[in-house]
Amino acid sequence: MSERYRMNRRLFLSSVAMLTVTAPAVSLARTISGALPWEPMASDPPTQVTAGGWQFFTPQEAALVEAIVDRLVPHDDLSIGGKEAGCAVYIDRQLTGAFGSSSRLYTQGPFLPGLPTQGYQGEANPAQRYRAGLAAIDAFLKQRDGKTFVELKPEDQDAFLTAMEAGKVELPNSVKAAGFFALLLQNTMEGFFADPVYGGNKEMVSWRMLGFPGARYDYRDHVAKHNQPYPLPSVSISGRPEWLSKGA
Amino acid sequence: MTRILPRKDVVIVGLGWTGAILANELTDQGLDVLAIERGPWRDTATDFNIGYMQDELRYSVRRDLFLQPVVETMTMRNDPSQTALPMRDFGSFLPGNGVGGAGVHWNGHTWRFWDSDFKIKSNLTNRYGAARIADLQVEDWGVTGAEMEPYYDQFEYLAGISGKAGNIKGQLQQGGNPFEDPRSRDYPNPPMDMTYAPTLFAETGRSMGLHPFPTPSANMSRAYTNPLGVTLGQCTFCGFCERFGCANYSKSSAQTTVLPVLMKKANFEVRTDSEVLHVDLHTGGKSARGVTYIDSSGEEFFQPADLVLLCAYGLHNVRLMMLSGIGRIYDPGSGEGTVGRNYCYQTNAGTQVFFDDKNFNPFIAAGALGQTIDDYNGDAFDHGPLDFVGGAGINCIPTNGRPIGTRPTVPGTPKWGSAWKKATVQGYKSTLSFSSQGSSYATRTNYLDLDPTYKDRFGRPLMRMTFDFPDNDIRMSNYLCDRMEEIAKKLGGKQYAVGRRKKGWDSVPYQSTHNTGGAIMGIDPKRSAVNTYLQSWDVPNLFVIGASAFPQNAGKNPTGTVGALAFRAADAIRNHYLRNPGAPLVQA
Amino acid sequence: MKTLALTFATGLATLALGPATAADQADQIIRGQYQAVLGDCVGCHTRPGGKSLAGGPPLETPFGALVPPNITPDAETGIGNWSEADFHNMMKTGIGHDGVRLYPAMPYPAYTKMTDPDLSDLWAYLTTVEPVSNKVEANQLPFPLNIRFSMWGWNLLNFSEGGFAPDPSKSAEWNRGAYIVQGAGHCGTCHTPKSFLGADQDSVFLQGASLQGWFAPDITNSARSGLGKWSEDDLVKYLKTGVNAHSIASGPMAEAVENSTSKMTDADLKAVAVYLKSLGSDTVVAAPAKPEQARMVTGEAVYRDNCSACHGGDGAGAGALFPALAGNSIVAQGSTETLSRLVLAGSQAVHTANAPTTPAMPSLAWRLKDQEVADVLTYVRNSWGNAASEVSASEVAAVRKELTQ
Repeated sequence: MSERYRMNRRLFLSSVAMLTVTAPAVSLARTISGALPWEPMASDPPTQVTAGGWQFFTPQEAALVEAIVDRLVPHDDLSIGGKEAGCAVYIDRQLTGAFGSSSRLYTQGPFLPGLPTQGYQGEANPAQRYRAGLAAIDAFLKQRDGKTFVELKPEDQDAFLTAMEAGKVELPNSVKAAGFFALLLQNTMEGFFADPVYGGNKEMVSWRMLGFPGARYDYRDHVAKHNQPYPLPSVSISGRPEWLSKGA
Repeated sequence: MTRILPRKDVVIVGLGWTGAILANELTDQGLDVLAIERGPWRDTATDFNIGYMQDELRYSVRRDLFLQPVVETMTMRNDPSQTALPMRDFGSFLPGNGVGGAGVHWNGHTWRFWDSDFKIKSNLTNRYGAARIADLQVEDWGVTGAEMEPYYDQFEYLAGISGKAGNIKGQLQQGGNPFEDPRSRDYPNPPMDMTYAPTLFAETGRSMGLHPFPTPSANMSRAYTNPLGVTLGQCTFCGFCERFGCANYSKSSAQTTVLPVLMKKANFEVRTDSEVLHVDLHTGGKSARGVTYIDSSGEEFFQPADLVLLCAYGLHNVRLMMLSGIGRIYDPGSGEGTVGRNYCYQTNAGTQVFFDDKNFNPFIAAGALGQTIDDYNGDAFDHGPLDFVGGAGINCIPTNGRPIGTRPTVPGTPKWGSAWKKATVQGYKSTLSFSSQGSSYATRTNYLDLDPTYKDRFGRPLMRMTFDFPDNDIRMSNYLCDRMEEIAKKLGGKQYAVGRRKKGWDSVPYQSTHNTGGAIMGIDPKRSAVNTYLQSWDVPNLFVIGASAFPQNAGKNPTGTVGALAFRAADAIRNHYLRNPGAPLVQA
Repeated sequence: MKTLALTFATGLATLALGPATAADQADQIIRGQYQAVLGDCVGCHTRPGGKSLAGGPPLETPFGALVPPNITPDAETGIGNWSEADFHNMMKTGIGHDGVRLYPAMPYPAYTKMTDPDLSDLWAYLTTVEPVSNKVEANQLPFPLNIRFSMWGWNLLNFSEGGFAPDPSKSAEWNRGAYIVQGAGHCGTCHTPKSFLGADQDSVFLQGASLQGWFAPDITNSARSGLGKWSEDDLVKYLKTGVNAHSIASGPMAEAVENSTSKMTDADLKAVAVYLKSLGSDTVVAAPAKPEQARMVTGEAVYRDNCSACHGGDGAGAGALFPALAGNSIVAQGSTETLSRLVLAGSQAVHTANAPTTPAMPSLAWRLKDQEVADVLTYVRNSWGNAASEVSASEVAAVRKELTQ
């Protein structure tokens, strides 16, 4: 195979002879003329989140978030809970990236209070909102009940979250309860339903629960089968167990 | 220090649908054409990889393919009494970015506007009297359906639209849209195979005496080779259509229909990751000299050209005109100025019908796979006894079952906890959704101009959007919701819910990326910014191509009409403008 | 310009011929340009984005780098000081101007078969190419391989000079095809297996060979791995457009189609087809063993989840867009190098005027482990009527290693 000498006559040209693609060193800008650019091996897949350790949350914050996601998505006969599914890990990793720092958003001032139709006008990005919001929750509960959230009984945790959701809680340090709850809920649901590559939805648990086949791309053989259940198992971006033989 | 570059015949700002069509046409004419694109190069195999395109978080929630607000956003308010604030994240609409633009990640609904849409002002005045439209600022387009027909045909055959004609040369066709204008021939591809929900919706509609037909779709119903010789594949119903690029060449876009031919031409060049800052005008402001752009390293260039085409998406076209001093910015108080005038949107409402005993397999879907009822669209029905004008298409086009965003539950369901989970499992496969996509008619105070406070990353003022749904459009939408309720009842689920459109346009939840107007076409330079060939009245060697040209929006997606207008402009440039470059095609 | 000077001089000396001379010379140059198409000189001698024939990108041989030189008529950096005799000699013997020996990366063992008139025509054309000043250091082999004199020994062992000998028992068309394939077309340079010293193994002429991570397939008429299932029209269509019902050209063949075969005359393409389809390889290959069922199961799962959305659950593909895998001769080759490469690195298809779509296969190296690639290739090679040997994970690993170093 590779040990044999081979006389190579022709360099593999990944593009046609007259392609012009020039890319100055410091700029992303490209000038393209004469062909469709293409490179072998070119791809930009998502990076698999590896569980283990917290990259954003402190241990107390992590424990609090895990407890919250476990109430938002509780363990029941339909599926494991949010904690086991990895929702807190998902949120932790997201907060270290572009989402956490709002690097894609418009963050120029002045920051003025807006109408509800004008969307979020705050200066704090999600990373900052989590720091402040999580601290505010425990500060509030310590003050009111003498306990942190993780120390409450599940039904009391639910009651508190319900009150937060309705904006019926005055959290300290100007943290808006309903707004922070909405952020927590949105991120928890993302973690529960996104591709497992992002750290949540462990083993595609939510997809299997719903019957969502995941990253499939060809349903031509089922389009006409109206009202009939789809037979194939879910698959994620990183594949599914059936791609490898048992014991492989 | 701005570097001056060698001259080009034509500079095109933006390489999306319109940019690609114009570039291909004008290079065929022998011109030396340069396109400057703010975003990156995008190609199917490298950017829409079949192994990771199916990533809802990345492409639908984080929106990797879209314009990011840090690059450009707009400020918004509902009316001039409010202070506009920046949309720090996009919500209600999501502008595209990169080569191919939003044509990469659209759904593919491809419509023709009607003759009655083009002649809307004269038509409505004749039919219902001037008083009925007194609080609107609707304008005739200056073209007729018959004039547009060949260009619609050209775009539909370029794109390979899958559909069933309803009217061929005056002969009504069974199974098509009986309300459409006559077309010269059928669609290039037959309708797609239907999934269960739209089939049920159509059966129900038919049983009520309505006229459902397959939505004209830019998802291929079969492999297709277009007039340029480029081949598209058959859509595989993956359910990752809107917000996603197509991994297997089965959705029409610049990439799948034009670029393979265009990119090979020696007289075409594209520069990516380069943002045009403004158009440069000769002293006196009556003609364009070229454009100034900045690349991602921060270096500025002046690109001289004889002909400048703004193909940057309607909203960005308008802003570029404002930043470049082309025409006068509209002032709603005085009514003077035409740049920014007649900004319109889309007036939508939605219905969900919940079943116990049905499985709609929502993940088996395509962006334009569905059925439409046009009985209550535009002026297809008599508004005599009603208190509004305009209408909506009623569309059952379930595009996806992607679970972060699409997990319907019956009203009153909590948003978390075990009850939530149970209802979510219950509702996920057994909910049928359909919606009304309604016209958006212009008013005096819905407009675009430049924001006095907020700037972009280069220090240029953001565009300011002042918009709310006119009362007329809210009444229209409510009427359509009543009609949708009738259909919902007839569908016979265990319950249904209708979400009605309210005053106070909210910029947060997603509604539609059908922003139209701001540089509208017309026959009167006092009330339009471009003529009916999309040539600027003020700067004759500048054409402004996009939905910015729409005087108002119909109850249909804009892309078909945008594509047709692009071909019409190309025709005018090739066969008339170039005979006498720099001269107006229409005497004001 | 050289041509004009020649014309003028010839015109002065032979007034009696009048304007016919200029027209003859124009004809010769046009014929010579066609010879350059047949020989695909630009394929090696032109850099992407560079001036025509002014020097190509390096050929990475296992012996070191060789750079195709500037063959424009520039006097200092090109072949401007070569005579026509020099050119003939180089093409026929591998010995160039001033006795410099060429390495057979320049396929003179094939070009030696070209007739003198064809070489003269080619030379006439080459003298009209725009001269470009571009100094190319052609020989970048390490010592002692860079001593060209060693080619004397190589040639002794592996090279026989000589023109093409037509076979009188065959038709003119067959002979034309043979002449092109063996000569200017130099198909064997890629498609014929090589000896240890890198020479063509004539006994297995055109039966498939490996080069730089691509396996150039068997193009004899063998039913299993060659062109046996293709009609002559199929082959003509493939060479002319890059696309037919069985295959879509990509990789190095895409370049050969774009620069060379798509510009050949229909008659020549037909001749090539007639010739190639007459080459039966008479080795009877035993049917390969069926793979174990477990591999077909995992392979099918990988196929369905990665491949079927383009290549179809039935392996039928989609015309000009996605090649059919059922009955595909690339799939059936003994070597699985190309297949592994396609799956790992992806590939961009040919672009011709008749087939402009230029679709590309995406890269899946990031998603599939070696075992998964091996299983899906095994599945494809043994489904829908295909039957070919299993693929091992280590074969795939070797290709992956080459692609990522």
